[in-house]
Amino acid sequence: MSTLLEVSGVSVTFDGFRAINNLSFQIGEAELRAVIGPNGAGKTTFMDIVTGKTRPDEGRVIWGEKSVSLLRMSEAKIAQAGIGRKFQKPTVFEDQTVQENLLMALKNKRGWLGVLYYRPSPGDLEKVEELATEIGLKDELTRKSGELSHGQKQWLEIGMLLAQEPRLLLVDEPAAGMTPQEREHTTDLLVQAAKTRAVVVVEHDMEFVRRLSCKVTVLHEGAVLAEGSLDHVTSNQDVIDVYLGR
Amino acid sequence: MLRLFLAGLAILCACLTANAQEGGLQPILQEHQEIIAKSSRKTIKPAIDAIAASGLPQAQVMLETWAAKNMWMRKSDGQFFAGKKAEGRSYELTDFDTGEVVGTFEKSDLKQMKPNSGIRAMIGTALVQFQLMDPSRAKRSAALRSIQRDPDGALLEPLRASINEEPDVDLKAQKQRLERLLTIGYDEDTAARVAAIEDMSDDLGVDVRAALNPLVVTKRQVAAEVPTDANIATILEPGSDALSEADAYDLLVARDLAAPHVSPEGIRAALSANIDGGRVGGVPVAQLNSDASRAQAYAALAEAGVVPALVTQADVEAALGAHVFFETYVEPSPEVTAAAEKALEQIELKVGLNQTLDLTLDAISLASIYFLAAIGLAITFGVMGVINMAHGEFIMMGAYTGYVVQQFIPDHTLSIIVAIPMAFAVTFAMGVAMERLVIRWLYARPLETLLATFGISIALQQLAKNIFGTQARPLTAPSWLDGAWVLNDVVSISYIRIAIFVLAMIFLGLFLYIMKRTRLGLEMRAVTQNPRMAGSMGINPGRVNMLTFGLGSGIAGIAGVAIGLFAKVTSDLGSDYIVQSFMTVVVGGVGNIWGALAGAGMIGFLQKGIEWMNPSNTLAAQTYMIIFIIIFIQFRPRGIIALKGRAAGD
Amino acid sequence: MERSFVAKNPSVLVFLAILSLFTLGVTVLSEGFGIGVISTSFVKTLGKTLCLCLIAVAMDLVWGFTGILSLGHFAFFGLGGYMIGMWLMYERTRLIVVESLSQADIPPTSAEVVDAIGTQIFGVVGSSDFPLIWVFSHSLTLQLVLVVLVPGLLALIFGWLAFRSRVTGVYLSILTQAMTLALALYLFQNDSGLRGNNGLSGLQNLPGVSASQDVVSIWFLWASALALGLGYMLAAWIVSGKFGSVIRGIRDNEARVRFLGYSVEVYKLAVFTLTACIAAIAGALYYPQAGIINPEEMAPIASIYLAVWVAIGGRGRLYGAVIGAAFVSLLSTWFTGGQAPDIPLGFYTIKWVDWWQVLLGVSFVLVTLFAPQGIGGLFDLWTNRRHPQRHGANLGPDDGSLREKEATE
Repeated sequence: MSTLLEVSGVSVTFDGFRAINNLSFQIGEAELRAVIGPNGAGKTTFMDIVTGKTRPDEGRVIWGEKSVSLLRMSEAKIAQAGIGRKFQKPTVFEDQTVQENLLMALKNKRGWLGVLYYRPSPGDLEKVEELATEIGLKDELTRKSGELSHGQKQWLEIGMLLAQEPRLLLVDEPAAGMTPQEREHTTDLLVQAAKTRAVVVVEHDMEFVRRLSCKVTVLHEGAVLAEGSLDHVTSNQDVIDVYLGR
Repeated sequence: MLRLFLAGLAILCACLTANAQEGGLQPILQEHQEIIAKSSRKTIKPAIDAIAASGLPQAQVMLETWAAKNMWMRKSDGQFFAGKKAEGRSYELTDFDTGEVVGTFEKSDLKQMKPNSGIRAMIGTALVQFQLMDPSRAKRSAALRSIQRDPDGALLEPLRASINEEPDVDLKAQKQRLERLLTIGYDEDTAARVAAIEDMSDDLGVDVRAALNPLVVTKRQVAAEVPTDANIATILEPGSDALSEADAYDLLVARDLAAPHVSPEGIRAALSANIDGGRVGGVPVAQLNSDASRAQAYAALAEAGVVPALVTQADVEAALGAHVFFETYVEPSPEVTAAAEKALEQIELKVGLNQTLDLTLDAISLASIYFLAAIGLAITFGVMGVINMAHGEFIMMGAYTGYVVQQFIPDHTLSIIVAIPMAFAVTFAMGVAMERLVIRWLYARPLETLLATFGISIALQQLAKNIFGTQARPLTAPSWLDGAWVLNDVVSISYIRIAIFVLAMIFLGLFLYIMKRTRLGLEMRAVTQNPRMAGSMGINPGRVNMLTFGLGSGIAGIAGVAIGLFAKVTSDLGSDYIVQSFMTVVVGGVGNIWGALAGAGMIGFLQKGIEWMNPSNTLAAQTYMIIFIIIFIQFRPRGIIALKGRAAGD
Repeated sequence: MERSFVAKNPSVLVFLAILSLFTLGVTVLSEGFGIGVISTSFVKTLGKTLCLCLIAVAMDLVWGFTGILSLGHFAFFGLGGYMIGMWLMYERTRLIVVESLSQADIPPTSAEVVDAIGTQIFGVVGSSDFPLIWVFSHSLTLQLVLVVLVPGLLALIFGWLAFRSRVTGVYLSILTQAMTLALALYLFQNDSGLRGNNGLSGLQNLPGVSASQDVVSIWFLWASALALGLGYMLAAWIVSGKFGSVIRGIRDNEARVRFLGYSVEVYKLAVFTLTACIAAIAGALYYPQAGIINPEEMAPIASIYLAVWVAIGGRGRLYGAVIGAAFVSLLSTWFTGGQAPDIPLGFYTIKWVDWWQVLLGVSFVLVTLFAPQGIGGLFDLWTNRRHPQRHGANLGPDDGSLREKEATE
């Protein structure tokens, strides 16, 4: 399995506080990975670095088979290169319909002139409908997304991510605030997605992580503490000390 | 004092009696009787000179009497006396020499001497030598001022003579200084002048430069060859930077040493004067719409001898080659001019240094004004994140409060002391009302806050216009703030500006104290960082926000009183400061009082710096400053003192 | 494609119909072409109002749709006016100068003509030489190009600087305001080359046109109506498609759009520059009707009023902007022109000339607080639209995002 994303030796300091400390992380294509860790372990900052929102003080972030460095690229360029991100809070465009949201996310030209002259082709509309079916929002296509329930918004956001057709998906606490049924649906979506691409899930909820049944990376104080199957890391003494033991 | 004066007089007499006449003043007056009686400015000089030169002590009284139009001539014998109005139309006459009353005469027997202003000025100059020795300090000081105003070589001797006798240390120093300056300009002896110039070459006074500058004035000259007797400053090469060929040729024309160029207007006039049957010099008039055809027509006319030929480049070169151009000093002595040039150079350097100091003081003062205007904003915008476009109007309201208070309390010191808390109270109340009624509903909607507060701003401005009218209202500073702290002739700063600087520093201290040491400050910081958390700790965020906003507004009101003291109080007072205030906060770094200070400092220094480079144009200075700020934000988008990382709320 | 666009946006058709009816009506009632019920000066006021509606559409595009509260669009408006004003002034002065010089014995050279024009135009600021910026003023075509080019370029440079350093929200507003102030202050100088605070005048006279102002005013009304119609269609077309989706996304949540792979800065820059050009065209049509332009017109306050119009009309909907601009500016003319009757209160008489600003300010606060949808919201009562149930929260985390109360379309 070839490496899709390689983060090595990355450090970030905010006002003297080391949020990320010499962190190294690798993920291959078509892999599902869960990242866990206590508050302040640097999970969100790690995502910020990969998506270009935060620039690290040192270290390398290498992407894809051509081994491009992501450090010099803007957020938009990184997204175009194939990294999608889902935020903790569902962020969909509430003033616009589900269809508009999905169309915007659909993999297409991103340049402003191209977008200006773009009119949805039948193929695009078909794809949107397929996606809507997948995330269970087929009947809501013409509704404003602001009217959706919390869980529906989470799915819509996942749908938008899938529409982007990214090669790497970064998902921040997807199950927060969901009902058990909704969680199950979310798990299915993620597992399904990970068959064709790399997916990194940041999550607090152990039960949810267990259900994903994938390799787990434990972060602590900005560095990797342990890595392996969930059973492996939960039996690690360090992990128990800093995280589970409390 | 009187004894001292008498002693002084005795000495003066001793040194001047050599040419004093035995018979007293009257014979001298009689000698010049005709011209005194005629009282014409053109002819009076010998009479005044003679009186002044007599050295008689009574001459001062006589001259003063004359200048005051109290000198009368007895028509019967043409003698002059001091006259004093007696009963009816009669006058009591007193002899100048003896001081005795000679009798009372009818006005018809007398003639009053009425010197005009020109003559009075000449009498004044003549009086100076007496006044320099006058027992009254005020009179001596006035005499010095009169010399300063109107220096004259004739005054040099009396001035020197009076120095040793001067009892007042201060006046003595002034006299010595003045003596040096007069020596530079008027002494006969070149060595003495050079010595005086060197003495004064480290003095920054404007008067020193005024004395030295005439010595280095040059005049541009042209001649067939360089004269040997003139005090030549430089020899100029035509076509160089100092003297262009055109200027050199113009000089020749001005001296009638060469034929003038014919201007385009001249050509045009000559052509139109010589239209002959629709043609000029063979060229049809209709074709004369280009320079080439006009030149052709003019050449034809010149050939016919109707008009002078055009001056060609060859003519110009020949004329320039036949002459030398040089600049001569008006002052004939080369030693003096050399010394003056050197002294001026030294003074220039010192003046430059002092100007830099002056500019720095100016910049600090401007910075403290901006800081004062921005500090309220640093609270409402910087700490709370509320953008208040009516902030400028709070400044205006503070200034108007000061004005209203002065209408009731005439004493300026007291009224300012009352006005400051009043202004705070008024704008605090206004700020609290605004926060409760408007801003509270728009938290986290900064753009709408901007527009709503802008609506309040235009309403308040118009209200002020309706109440106070459009003309500027005075807010007068107490008299102890008048005047300036003068370091030397170059560096000075007005007391008001010092007071504003002090006020700005007090506010800085106050702000730091409130934020770091009081309960309100703690709650303020808590609420701005995490309102929900603060709320759960028992802090009432609504109350804290209200007080914080009120505090920021109140400080703006006090700033208004301070600004009103030196600016005109009008309804648009605030809008003059609002953009700069926001710039100050943004450039400095939001959410940080030191940022506002740094921003105010930077903008103040920058504006003064640009004004210094282009002093005629303050508008351009502001334009360039804003452009600079826009570019500056490129490099430090979060301001000079930026909060980093997560705290910046990205 | 066009047909489907119009079909999808019936409001555009309605708008165009109303605009044509209005233009036709004014023409029929005018002195120049009709029965003379409407005075020429009022025709000019209406024509100017149409131009203000056009810049309001531009403002709505940049603020209501993209979320950039620009306080600088009136600067672009003014620049457009200056660009056309330069040609009008040059050409008219040239005709006068040529006329007067032809009386002389000898025909003038072209250099003499230019000098005489320079003296005529710049005598008022104590100069007679043409500054470099007037180099194209002899050519109508080139000046017309400059109408769009100069403000467009300024917007491009300024926008590039501002957006690439991620200045957003109120900071951007203040920065645009500073830009406007800098430009106005610069033009106030006599040596700016545009006649300082005298500005350019006599712009109502079209060079080489002998028709009376009665007729010319109608021409300009037509031109303004045409420009407004085209501008409105362009704006409606832009916001109707995916581009519209993206810019509304930027308004509500910029970061999210960025993570979707759209280069937010480029979109903002495109909208900012495009709207600057529209504003400039509006200005180029406005000032020949006003007759005079000076730097006062470009003061930052004018741009804030523009935001006020759009907010009162209802931002985020194009017809709202048009209604707001027309309503407030006509009302303002009515009040400040002294036509509104005074209200005697016994102890005090309210003169509207003095109190209109207060009324405007207060009503603006009230609109912001209680009717964020503005006048446009009234149409929703009529068409009875649904509101999403969001308990009053904002639609996005960004400063420019719509409030829940505003979002209805």
